[in-house]
Amino acid sequence: MDFLNALVVFLNFVFVPGLAYGAQLALGALGVTLIYGILRFSNFAHGDTMAFGTMVTIYATWGLQAAGITFGILPTALLGLPVGIAVTALLVLATDWLVYKFYRKKKAVPTILVMVSLGVMFVMNGIVRLFIGVEEQNFADGERFFISAGDFKAMTGLTEGLAIKTTQGVTVVTALIVVAWLFWFLQKTRTGKSMRAFSDNEDLALLSGINPDRVVQVTWIIAAALATIAGVLYGLDKSFKPFTYFQLLLPIFAAAIVGGLGNPIGAIAGGFVIAFSEVTVTYAWKKVLTYVLPESIMPDSLVQLMTTDYKFAVSFSILILVLLFMPTGLFKGKSV
Amino acid sequence: MSRNLLLFAGVGLLFVLTGVFQSWNLALSILLMGLLSSIMALGVNIQWGYAGLFNTGIMGFTALGGLAVVLVSARPVPEGWAAGGSGIVAGLVIGAVSIAVAVQVWKRMPKGMGRNLLVPAILIAGFMVYRWVFDPAVTAVEANNPASAGNIGGLGLPSLLAWPVGGLLAAAAAWAIGKTALGLRSDYLAIATLGVAEIIVAVLKNEDWLARGVKNIIELPRPWPVPYETDLQKSAEFIDWATRWGFDPQGASMIVVKLLYVLLFGLVLLAVIWFSERALHSPWGRMMRAIRDNEVAASAMGKNVTKRHLQIFIIGSAVVGIAGAMMTSMEGQLVPGTYNPLRFTFLIWVMVIVGGSGNNWGSVLGGLLIGWLWLIVESLGPALMGQLTSMMAEGTLKAHLIDAAPHMRLLTLGVILLVVLRFSPRGLMPEK
Repeated sequence: MDFLNALVVFLNFVFVPGLAYGAQLALGALGVTLIYGILRFSNFAHGDTMAFGTMVTIYATWGLQAAGITFGILPTALLGLPVGIAVTALLVLATDWLVYKFYRKKKAVPTILVMVSLGVMFVMNGIVRLFIGVEEQNFADGERFFISAGDFKAMTGLTEGLAIKTTQGVTVVTALIVVAWLFWFLQKTRTGKSMRAFSDNEDLALLSGINPDRVVQVTWIIAAALATIAGVLYGLDKSFKPFTYFQLLLPIFAAAIVGGLGNPIGAIAGGFVIAFSEVTVTYAWKKVLTYVLPESIMPDSLVQLMTTDYKFAVSFSILILVLLFMPTGLFKGKSV
Repeated sequence: MSRNLLLFAGVGLLFVLTGVFQSWNLALSILLMGLLSSIMALGVNIQWGYAGLFNTGIMGFTALGGLAVVLVSARPVPEGWAAGGSGIVAGLVIGAVSIAVAVQVWKRMPKGMGRNLLVPAILIAGFMVYRWVFDPAVTAVEANNPASAGNIGGLGLPSLLAWPVGGLLAAAAAWAIGKTALGLRSDYLAIATLGVAEIIVAVLKNEDWLARGVKNIIELPRPWPVPYETDLQKSAEFIDWATRWGFDPQGASMIVVKLLYVLLFGLVLLAVIWFSERALHSPWGRMMRAIRDNEVAASAMGKNVTKRHLQIFIIGSAVVGIAGAMMTSMEGQLVPGTYNPLRFTFLIWVMVIVGGSGNNWGSVLGGLLIGWLWLIVESLGPALMGQLTSMMAEGTLKAHLIDAAPHMRLLTLGVILLVVLRFSPRGLMPEK
């Protein structure tokens, strides 16, 4: 019984939140890694693209709510999501046409492109702050829990409860659908195949008649969609605040690099590696240990390796370790 | 040359106009921030302009400079130090030693299972001993009068001494980052420095024993020879002098203090420029530019590219650290919450790019010009928006637009950066 209680505490405070957070990071890292694979630079504006997409979705959600449309027990934001994706896709396509295209034609070095993406980040950040402000926004509605802690206790008779928030469930299911679709697209469709060819060997792809402009446009649209979905899921699960989205850049990059930049499977694995490390290192394990350790050797402290304020330090340390010992990442990305 | 002089004259005119139309006090405040930003921009220019290193952690080095001021010149807290100062130092030493031992073991032992097990074991054991020594010491220090102290205190030494110490702290951090991230892809340095900056600020915010965290350290002493305004206003000599020239003593005291700071910062700025110009035109500087322009060719000529990169990364970060220390000692307080990457990292980048990367005077021009823009938009933006919206009916939209006006500057700066990168990538003052 004690063991079951310990397991439930672990699931409730470590596994389920880590799973949801990992899915959000994985979607973000997929966007970064796709841009890196096709366009060959680290896109610093990705965090703010997420913020922009989420903002548009929030406006769409408010519009729907005002019109009296809701999504039953699920958050209304899921209905607003297509609008967010469409507007964000238009924005990044416009950015590409106005800004990045010039440097691509000139074959600028990656560092210049990174710097250009900083400029884009500034502009997007400015737009988001101008429209929605810097305050925190909560836009989750619908049912709050799939299973609440009380119901779980009543159902199983355990002293500890397992709560699964609707947003956590929605996150994992959405991420599964998106990832499945993305891999189907990359493996089976003509456009997806040409994208992979372009990423593997640009010159060869051009020689075999692949239209580079089309590949780039499709990449931007997919990246915008991934960024918006990741941003909305994160916002539903926690809350929306522009500055937090900028800070998400670090764990997202860490996830993409840990998996191997340019490798989609690596991005997903990296997202979960980073998320679970963050949660396990910053969780106070005392509550789990009370069930599995005998009273006599129970430690007094909270058994917390680091406070949650240092969660960036966790993703950063993993990033450094990977850079030192396997610079191409777990799944052999293309970067050295 | 005349073009460059004209540009500087133009920026000077902006400051004069601010003085005439707004107030000299405001113009001097903006000038001070401009000078500090120029020094930071010089540090970044050393890294980017001379060596092509992309550092996005300027905020972290600035904050380390600020921490140096607290450690060196803040009021000592003997009770706090006695409660656990030695334990904290011992804990930090244990942490550092266990990392160093692990690194040496990794280097010297042959590859294989033994090394793969021993190194993590050393690190884990080191971490546990570190927590065992460090945690009780921290609790003891923070328990000492938490409302006004709760930290280990400073050394109570003069503020000027903290400036080089700030440089040293930043240099030490740069060494650690450079050792790991240099020599890999150029983007990795950008990502690693971005992370380090966030971590440094997180440490400042959360480690109360160090600099009281978000409770802030106030009343840091001023650097010699800058007096306090209130002392000036009490001094009969000063009042006499001010009335003789027809100044209001209170306003004059503020101006005099600011002018002294301008002098002090100007001297540091000139010293940094002098050193970097000398370095740039020495054989060392030529080697650096050769490495920047073609790494492969330079390393074929026998230059150790990674080592030179590490060297210049440390020097540039130290300059930023000095500027950070200067800023904190001018403000007289360390407020970790004000360290914001947009203001302290990316704004400096805009200055370097707009001024002209690779040109030291360009960085100064960029620092003064963009610094002026950044602060003037803060005071003019809402007023301008008020004018623009004065025709509109009262309502939420109008209120929202006026509220949002300060955010316009991010947008403006982003557009400036993109336009300069696109149409004049060599900046206002191109490298010769």
